[in-house]
Amino acid sequence: MINLTIRQMSELLVSKQINVQELSGLFHDRCRVHNQTTGALITLNNEINAAELLNAQASIEAGDSLLAGIPLLHKDLFCTQGVKTTCGSKMLENFVPPYDATAVKRLADAGMVTLGKANMDEFAMGSSNEHSAFMAVNNPWDLSRVPGGSSGGSAAAVAARMVPIATGTDTGGSIRQPAAFCGITGIKPSYGRVSRHGMVAFASSLDQGGVMAPGADDCGLVLSAMTGHDSLDSTSANQPPWQWKKPETADMQGLKVGVASAWIEGLKDPDIKQKTTEAIEQLRCNGAEIIEIELPHADLAVSAYYVLAPAECSSNLSRFDGVRFGYQAKEISDLESLYRQSRTEGFGEEVKKRIMIGAWALSSGYYDAYYLKAQKVRRLISEDFKKAFTEVDIIACPVSPELPFKHGEKVDGISMYQADKFTIPASLAGLPCLSMPIGFSENPQGRLPIGLQLIGRYFDEQSILSVADKYQQQTEHHLQVPEAFQ
Amino acid sequence: MSINRKELEEIATLAQLNIPESQVNEITISLNQVVAMIEHINEADTAAVKPMAHPNDAVQLVRYDEVTDGSHKDELLALATQADDDHYLVPKVID
Repeated sequence: MINLTIRQMSELLVSKQINVQELSGLFHDRCRVHNQTTGALITLNNEINAAELLNAQASIEAGDSLLAGIPLLHKDLFCTQGVKTTCGSKMLENFVPPYDATAVKRLADAGMVTLGKANMDEFAMGSSNEHSAFMAVNNPWDLSRVPGGSSGGSAAAVAARMVPIATGTDTGGSIRQPAAFCGITGIKPSYGRVSRHGMVAFASSLDQGGVMAPGADDCGLVLSAMTGHDSLDSTSANQPPWQWKKPETADMQGLKVGVASAWIEGLKDPDIKQKTTEAIEQLRCNGAEIIEIELPHADLAVSAYYVLAPAECSSNLSRFDGVRFGYQAKEISDLESLYRQSRTEGFGEEVKKRIMIGAWALSSGYYDAYYLKAQKVRRLISEDFKKAFTEVDIIACPVSPELPFKHGEKVDGISMYQADKFTIPASLAGLPCLSMPIGFSENPQGRLPIGLQLIGRYFDEQSILSVADKYQQQTEHHLQVPEAFQ
Repeated sequence: MSINRKELEEIATLAQLNIPESQVNEITISLNQVVAMIEHINEADTAAVKPMAHPNDAVQLVRYDEVTDGSHKDELLALATQADDDHYLVPKVID
């Protein structure tokens, strides 16, 4: 049961071989049992929401949603009415939103059943999930290693099949990198595709909600229900809801896949290099034409990102003042001290670091030299992609230059930032991109998952998901479950 | 470019954060590592390039400043640590 696709689970629900309570209960139990070892959830709902179960049952009987009755977790930065939304921070430890995020509401309307909230790096800042204020998340493939971040709880929960689906968000790689580290599929759609209303903001021009699941078909089905214009988000794209179409065959005749060979040749990890090469070869064997491309400004992406994302973060997180909601410092006698002490005690060290970098980049004397300069570099990177997409349909490249690392192994923040060099370029350009499992390292470090990134044209989620689904029709990497969780 | 102690204090004020004396050195080093990494953007020739604020270059949409989802005054005030029926409460500002 735990390794069934959404379509297979839906079939069982419709044919009454299982009912919604049983299916949700099964995964709820798995969340309870495995949360101690994985730390994947911050909140497991005590009881499964009765209204959601009724809605799911009605949808199943009406036959109007394949998602009806399918359980899921939301990353703990999606506001959930009446359910704590902490963003992995002491600042929001007791925050219970009075409303649902649009994405949450749309999935509930489609009949999905929310079991709880997934752990994450505080305010989505981190690539290891070691920056959660509550507990680190362990990678189900090796509990001594990180699951990636910031959507590490979502990725670990899906990898351990504690849930079949989890939402995530991606600012510079926060869906794709944990998906790669945990051996699952994760898609960050085009910027503007999914409403950000009710998503606690980190960097407003980069944040985008998406989906994490074992396979591409599941991602496509759930993403379809999350999309469509939302008047409550002024950056929501004025597009009708997108509808995923599962390809019937694995044939890739006519598809042009762009590859920047230098990115692959520069990989230091031999397993990642080999699996990436093999996966691209598999696309070629299926009929795709592999075309060399150049992205000449992409090596400046990490530097530009660490101006832009902190700048936006310093602005967005200024709302946490200890007065209207969130943590408030005790026994403070003046307003200025109340602001400063509440923020100093409520935020973790990584969040404070990024707020300070952002405040510096936006301050008088540095705004033009750094913030505007980084925005110009962002355009150069975006133009590189536009040029590449005149010759190719999708781009294939690594997700991360490294395998999941040990907890506490990376004490140098900069090297963790640099490891996002393959995911950040597409984020800056706002392009849809995904990570799909392409195999495992088989070295003394153990059996650790490896992902391949596919990047598409703006609003062309269909092409990248189709290629991932076709690849997954012929491979079983995405179906692997760590032994301890089978 | 590097951040010195005086600038760190200015940044902390802008960021509304306190930096304990014991952490000044460590934070200065940490921020300067990021600044050194950021400097690479100066390698790009951007003389003729327009800044890109949003991926789709969209213009910020506006709407009328009207309440559209009913009043949630009580629910929102309940999120504050200190509030009365109609106000957020803060330490005294004016003597």
